[in-house]
Amino acid sequence: MIAALIGLPLVGATVLLLGGRRTNAWGHFLAVAMSAGSFLLGAFLFIQMVGKSEEEREVGQHLFDWIAVGAFQIPFGLHLDQLSIVFVLLITGVGTLIHIYSIGYMEHDPNRRRFFAYLNLFVAAMLLLVLADNYFLLYVGWEGVGLASYLLISFYQQKPSAATAGKKAFIVNRVGDVGLSLAIILMFVTFGTVTFEGVNAAAESGSPSTITWIGLALLLAACGKSAQFPLQSWLLDAMEGPTPVSALIHAATMVTAGVYLIVRAHAIFDLSETARTAVVIVGAITLLLGAFIGTAKDDIKKGLAGSTMSQIGYMVLAAGLGPVGYVFAIFHLLTHGMFKAGLFLGAGSVMHGMHDDVNMRHYGALRIMMKITYATFGLGFLAIIGVPPFAGFWSKDEIIYVAFSQSLIIGLATLLGAGVTAFYMTRMMAMTFFGEARWEDDVHPHESPAVMTIPMIVLALGSVFGGMAMLFVGDIEHWLEPVTGFAKPEHSVSHSVLIPITLAVVLGGALFAWLRYGRRPVPVVAPTDVRFLTRAARADAYGDALNEAAFMRPGQYLTRSLTWFDSKAIDGLVSGLAASIGGLSARAQRLQNGYARSYAVTMLGGAVLIALILLLVRL
Amino acid sequence: MNGESVVFWVSGTFAVVGALGMVVSKKAVHSALWVAFAMINIAVLYFTLEAPFLGTTQIIVYTGAVMMLFLFVLMIVGVDSSDSLLETIKGQRLLAALFALTFGGVVVASIASTLASPSAGLAIANAGYGGHLKAIAYLVFGQYLFAFEVLSALLITAALGAMVLAHNERWAPRKTQDQLQRERTMGNHVTPLPAPGVMARNNSVDTPALLPDGSTSIDSLPNAFRGEGKVAKPNSIEEAGK
Amino acid sequence: MNPNNYLILAAILFTIGVYGVLVRRNAIIVFMSVELMLNAANLAFVAAARNTGTLDGLVVAFFVMVVAAAEVVVGLAIIVTIFRTRRSASIDEASLMKY
Repeated sequence: MIAALIGLPLVGATVLLLGGRRTNAWGHFLAVAMSAGSFLLGAFLFIQMVGKSEEEREVGQHLFDWIAVGAFQIPFGLHLDQLSIVFVLLITGVGTLIHIYSIGYMEHDPNRRRFFAYLNLFVAAMLLLVLADNYFLLYVGWEGVGLASYLLISFYQQKPSAATAGKKAFIVNRVGDVGLSLAIILMFVTFGTVTFEGVNAAAESGSPSTITWIGLALLLAACGKSAQFPLQSWLLDAMEGPTPVSALIHAATMVTAGVYLIVRAHAIFDLSETARTAVVIVGAITLLLGAFIGTAKDDIKKGLAGSTMSQIGYMVLAAGLGPVGYVFAIFHLLTHGMFKAGLFLGAGSVMHGMHDDVNMRHYGALRIMMKITYATFGLGFLAIIGVPPFAGFWSKDEIIYVAFSQSLIIGLATLLGAGVTAFYMTRMMAMTFFGEARWEDDVHPHESPAVMTIPMIVLALGSVFGGMAMLFVGDIEHWLEPVTGFAKPEHSVSHSVLIPITLAVVLGGALFAWLRYGRRPVPVVAPTDVRFLTRAARADAYGDALNEAAFMRPGQYLTRSLTWFDSKAIDGLVSGLAASIGGLSARAQRLQNGYARSYAVTMLGGAVLIALILLLVRL
Repeated sequence: MNGESVVFWVSGTFAVVGALGMVVSKKAVHSALWVAFAMINIAVLYFTLEAPFLGTTQIIVYTGAVMMLFLFVLMIVGVDSSDSLLETIKGQRLLAALFALTFGGVVVASIASTLASPSAGLAIANAGYGGHLKAIAYLVFGQYLFAFEVLSALLITAALGAMVLAHNERWAPRKTQDQLQRERTMGNHVTPLPAPGVMARNNSVDTPALLPDGSTSIDSLPNAFRGEGKVAKPNSIEEAGK
Repeated sequence: MNPNNYLILAAILFTIGVYGVLVRRNAIIVFMSVELMLNAANLAFVAAARNTGTLDGLVVAFFVMVVAAAEVVVGLAIIVTIFRTRRSASIDEASLMKY
């Protein structure tokens, strides 16, 4: 049953990729069916799980022994528990909606079949990642996600920028993968096992420094996959892919993997204060950095990408706070999955109506032309900035609350992040749907077809009710507690104080943005006489420049000097040696002069030598 | 100084002189004679060393058979440019002298440095078999029988090998008596063919006879030496000797 | 008389033979030098046999003579064959096998 969850989309991807052009006509329906089937199966398993008592909810499925070399035993085992199932529902649910949406969005693309095959592959890899029962198998899913993201980001491979963006995502992810492989190696060396169960049980036995190193390696892995500082640079470029891909990467798959990894490895992080602190710091930096980048982007998708960075930063920060935060990290991940998918699909819908123009300065007043998109995007907007009772409010508010309980600075950072979030989202709303029309001449905005709007409506409903449903109906804190552990923060600012303050900050940010972009006309061309901070935000906070200066150029110098060393010193040594031996041989071969008498002299010389040695030895 | 010493010093000196004579002689024939001389002196030393059988064999086999075989081959080969004592390989003579002297010096020094015990003599050993010749016979046909048989096989093989090496394929069918008779009486040469080397400066069989007009006569050579490029010039020995 | 004198004489003869092999170019003389070396070795065998009072050295010397005879037969045949084709008995002229 569990294997079928992964199997269905995998079969879809295989059929579509191997089937070739024969499957062009119905391939996208197959992909949607596979994804939807996986979702229905997940829902069935979820209902089954709800029906069981708490102890029986965790089920495993051992498929076969994958690697068995001496002490190195890796089973190919799947594992479904309360944490996995919510991920399964998110991945397949949101994934299915995105599949449906893509039918409309990719209607005129000649490579639609390939696109859907990759989407199915993406879903399958992500499911494998969350269903694996050991770190090694998780690594397989992890790499599968990396591969699928590479294929999808560079889907418009004829565009050099898309190809580059795909490569960039792949390479930056490799850096994180090194962290994961190091962590797995360390785990095996320290505990002798890499299964979740085994590592959780044995975690206490590791030395504190080893545990810390494992935690830091896992954090590096999470940074790569979840686009956390300092490995965030690929995420903004990843917008080169088709918009449904962005939605999938940002909401349901890929970036959530890092958060999942940290929560899954909670046994490690519970034991290491240092690793947890590092996680919190990374989360806080990313949360502010992403929000900061989001404030200055005119590209609607890049603005949303900055927002994703920021929101994932929230989750990582929450996960780093330990047992008080794991649950809320997952909670925020789920709500974020809904509203961010909705926002991205909305952005895609807008682009669809605007001839694939992404520049918000060419939008304006679209609320009249695109009523459904406006409504769904607006609901997502209310959810992300955290207006009660929308989904984002419940999860984000809890994270801010927990953050304040741990440290004032971290709490203030999350609060500031909330304000900036409100600012850039309001700016986006104002520039896109309000103000006066700044469309290009030949653009005629129109609403998208139903196949695209229906998923948006569903996701908008999730943005509205998802938070409340999970918190009050699903009781997510206690649902996840058996897996992640849960603790009430000991002392914090009370909710009754914090909520008004948060709302005030959010309102302030929104109002500021409205005054700047809603009330005043927005220039069609981005002004250039801006302050340093704006310039920095437009340049992705100089993340690429930093990477280039810190890694690319020294790397190039290193490569160049190594090449020089190789060609001059190593080759010189080798060919010099060869030349000298050759020269020596050319001289030595003169001894081979063909005269028997010469050889006889040589033999006599040898005989003399032996005689002398014998004489000397005897004496 | 007893008789043995006298014989040793005289024959030993002669042997060394003979050996040196072989090395320094310009002509191969002289070298062969010098070697024969040295070998006879060695045979004499064998007699003084209580080995009359070996001494006799030495004279018969070496000086009698082997050295005469050498002379026989010399007759075929004749005088050659290789008889020159000029050295052609750079440094050969110097190195040879150096190594030979060192080698000889080392061996002589090591022999001389050993303490010599008085010679045991062969009288007792011979007595065990009832005489010297009997003793040798007992050993050769008894203890060393296998080696002896192997040596006989070696000798036969060597004889066969020499025959194979010296054998020449026949290119034309053997002439009948009738043909030979016709050639002799009706051919160009009624008289016998000239002997090789006649009037030439060198009388070996490979040197063609000189005719009165100064040209050479191929007819004077055995068939084996008649091939293209094989025929020596009548004055080749003079050129070689320079 | 010192029995070692025979051995020293053998060594001297042997060395002269070696020198002859090295400096003479006529294959026949080289061959004679080899024979001289064999004789020197025989002399050493015979002298040693007498010194130790055993007869085995004599037998070995006898065998050496037989081997030498066989060797001379084959060797001279080879020299004649070479001479037939190259018109020379110089061992320096047979120097094709070189670099």
